[in-house]
Amino acid sequence: MQFSIVVFPGSNREHDAWHVARHVLGESATYVHHKESDLKGADAVILPGGFAYGDYLRTGAIARFSPIMGAVRAFAERGGPVIGICNGFQVLVEAGLLPGALLRNERLKFICDFLHLRVDSLDTPFTRRARPGQVLCIPVAHGEGRYFADPDALAQLERQQQVVFRYTDPEGRLDPAANPNGSVNAIAGICNAARNVVGMMPHPEDACETELGSRDGLVIFESVLDAVASGVGANGGGAHVSTAAMGAGRRP
Amino acid sequence: MHARVFVTLKPSVFDPQGKTIQEALHTLGYPGVQDVRQGKYFELDLDAPTAEAARALAAELADKLLANPVIESYRIEVTD
Repeated sequence: MQFSIVVFPGSNREHDAWHVARHVLGESATYVHHKESDLKGADAVILPGGFAYGDYLRTGAIARFSPIMGAVRAFAERGGPVIGICNGFQVLVEAGLLPGALLRNERLKFICDFLHLRVDSLDTPFTRRARPGQVLCIPVAHGEGRYFADPDALAQLERQQQVVFRYTDPEGRLDPAANPNGSVNAIAGICNAARNVVGMMPHPEDACETELGSRDGLVIFESVLDAVASGVGANGGGAHVSTAAMGAGRRP
Repeated sequence: MHARVFVTLKPSVFDPQGKTIQEALHTLGYPGVQDVRQGKYFELDLDAPTAEAARALAAELADKLLANPVIESYRIEVTD
């Protein structure tokens, strides 16, 4: 399968994602420059971590206007699996492909550490191979990861089980001390209403090999391999997802 | 025409930077500072025929880019 990895000026984790796709999974991967308008035959799209456009104005605020984002939106609307990791998550919320916003960490500190996440929804192409309630040990590296949504949007996320990952202790229990950035409801990752677009602050692409301290991130990539092999997505005859069903955007 | 756009976090959004600045001011000996909210300020030089047109254009820019309506609100001042 083909992973297309979008590269913005200031992206810096694109090679980490490429390495996992090519060397750990043995699949095809290609970089797509932000000024291009074609995703090069993508089966899945990765928006990587980094500091697109220097995080000027707000994280992800400028990147959402890159030409490639039109193709990413169209791919998502066709049901294609899209994951935004860290800065990629910030781009997806600014683009309105996911609801909410990501704000400066509550304690103002840039956090770079291994943390525990509980998988709270298996109903996405990126988590279908996880076990219910599985706890993953995956690193985070961010200064602006405090997830925020207003009370109505938050209630809708919870009602529709769009919270995919939460920060927990190693046993999967919610604990304020395990929430690194003050995210509302300890949210570490969410999906859209159609469930094919996922955003997460932690970095699964940096936790796929024993040498890096954890292989817990691998399940994210194995899940999307499985999903695409099963015909999920923009190229496999999956159902078309209407913009209304995407149900995320503040800026359609 | 010139427009000034003031972007601030909505009251419901916690502002840890503002809180830290407030604490620093307390440390400096200003206990009367009861709250600080940090925002953004933009000066726009606009090709617009009237103040009304400048205000409308500034609002469009704020809606599209300068402010994120999920977390922020804005206020506009127009001058010649």
